[in-house]
Amino acid sequence: MQIYVCVKHVPDSAARVTVVDDLWIDENITFLLNPYDENAVEAAVRIAEKQPDTQVVAITVGRAAAVGTLKSALAMGADRAILVQSDQPADSLQTARVLAAAILADGAPDLIFAGRMAIDSEGYQTHFRLAAALDLPVATNVTTLDMQNGVLTAECEFEAGGRMICEMPLPCVVGAGKGLNEPRYPTFRQIVKARKKEIRQINAAQLQLEVPAARVELTKLRPVVENRRGEILAGTPEVAVARLIRRLRERDRVI
Amino acid sequence: MQKIGVLIEAANGAVKQTSLGVVTAAREQGGELYALVPDGRAAEYQRDLEAYGVSRIVNITSMQGAMDWHPVLWARAILAAMQHFEVKTLLGLASAQGRELLPRMAAALEAPLAMDCVGLDLANHSAEKPLFSGKTIGTLRLCGTHFLFGLRPRVFDALPQPCTSQLIPFQADVQASRFSVKGIQRQRENTLDLSEAEIIISGGRPMQNRENFEILQACADVLGAAVGASRVAVDAGWVPHAMQVGQTGTTVNPKLYIACGISGSIQHFAGMKTSQVIVAINTDPEAPMVQGCDYAIIGDLFEIVPILTRQIKAIHKPDVEVGKP
Repeated sequence: MQIYVCVKHVPDSAARVTVVDDLWIDENITFLLNPYDENAVEAAVRIAEKQPDTQVVAITVGRAAAVGTLKSALAMGADRAILVQSDQPADSLQTARVLAAAILADGAPDLIFAGRMAIDSEGYQTHFRLAAALDLPVATNVTTLDMQNGVLTAECEFEAGGRMICEMPLPCVVGAGKGLNEPRYPTFRQIVKARKKEIRQINAAQLQLEVPAARVELTKLRPVVENRRGEILAGTPEVAVARLIRRLRERDRVI
Repeated sequence: MQKIGVLIEAANGAVKQTSLGVVTAAREQGGELYALVPDGRAAEYQRDLEAYGVSRIVNITSMQGAMDWHPVLWARAILAAMQHFEVKTLLGLASAQGRELLPRMAAALEAPLAMDCVGLDLANHSAEKPLFSGKTIGTLRLCGTHFLFGLRPRVFDALPQPCTSQLIPFQADVQASRFSVKGIQRQRENTLDLSEAEIIISGGRPMQNRENFEILQACADVLGAAVGASRVAVDAGWVPHAMQVGQTGTTVNPKLYIACGISGSIQHFAGMKTSQVIVAINTDPEAPMVQGCDYAIIGDLFEIVPILTRQIKAIHKPDVEVGKP
């Protein structure tokens, strides 16, 4: 079986974000494998561990530094990786198109995993666009999955803790949710072993794709400035609580 | 005048307040409004929608009648309605339903989609939304022939504007051969999704077990609030993932967020920083949540929360003897 896992190289959420020229962020900060993509890689690797003749290929679209994220995926157990290098920031329409072309140029996917969203762009949509480009069915926010006889049964976390159980025939696309699994921490040995695994680098231009007519442009970026009161309410517990309630009712009118 | 479609979400036989907020946002942007009701129950929602200024209500059904929840069938049917009525701009919610429907539709149309919008400017096909773990707000300009927006719940208030309306039936010929819904399990009836809750009280590490969350639930009951949790509480197995607030949980936008014993990691803040008022109850005055809140009480949540519950209850029942204020 051929499994592709689409991963993204994203800024660590703990990193300080500095806006430059009202449009970019200073990229001299830690970048890492998108958290939801860790669940995606873990899911693919677990399937490969149970099924012989399965290959897990990690793929990403990004600048050269994204190789770091591919190495994380390889350390977790992916067999090889592909970097489609592109220095231009891409929206999800473009990214999905590039991923689809690169996957098809590489092999025939039986299963494609991706995280349900990336923590930097929070668009929740790339895996849907990828599925549409490949004409495959797609499920998102998947928290359990089971495969039998070429059919994938997934539980998708839904509103207010509810779950939807759905079925799709393979090949299909799965958007991994956080509850899908506990991603492994690679051992030192696995990290060393990963250094020998292949990372193929291709240029997005080599795929000779038409630029999609539709696109999303980021025209401005501004930092969020927090200016909350930070008022510590003093007094005994009874007094402090009474003060709090008075403010919430009379000043803020939220209760 | 451009036509604007609003994807209507309902629960328990009524249109959700958050969905009426989207209607209000659409109204304020001008244009010819079409409410698109994908569950086939528009007759039940007509009065709600009329009260908020919707005059065209499209009741979407399949050839077999009203459709149970099925994201692929619903997305295809809504698209067919948009095509029929020549609606090229669609507003929905960045809710659990919206996250299933809007991206499917955008992908099928190869149209741009901005999810989780906190600001809207339809005249310029543009929207503002959080980027980079909620630390920045980006302005996105959508270019193409169709424009889809998923609005963050509760950013846009629902404001009435009564009118009369017509119900327009629309039958869509849709199939989904490669995606079948085998079942839907819902939690307790009337449970609101955290992303749509007006008031949330959340617990973190000091909660220590599932039973202690009853203390927060008691407070939530008198406030009409939902109960949330930090990642610590979920990872420890005390509460289900559906209660997690934060980057790998749910993004919430309540008018009041009460964080009990939650230190306030960046990942947690990313999920609740747009709350109108933040209250921290914590023993540590240096905790980021205390630094980043509106009001803090430095104390043990096991002592403070029951007092809060009791005092609020007394306000609702003023004849009951409470104690000194």
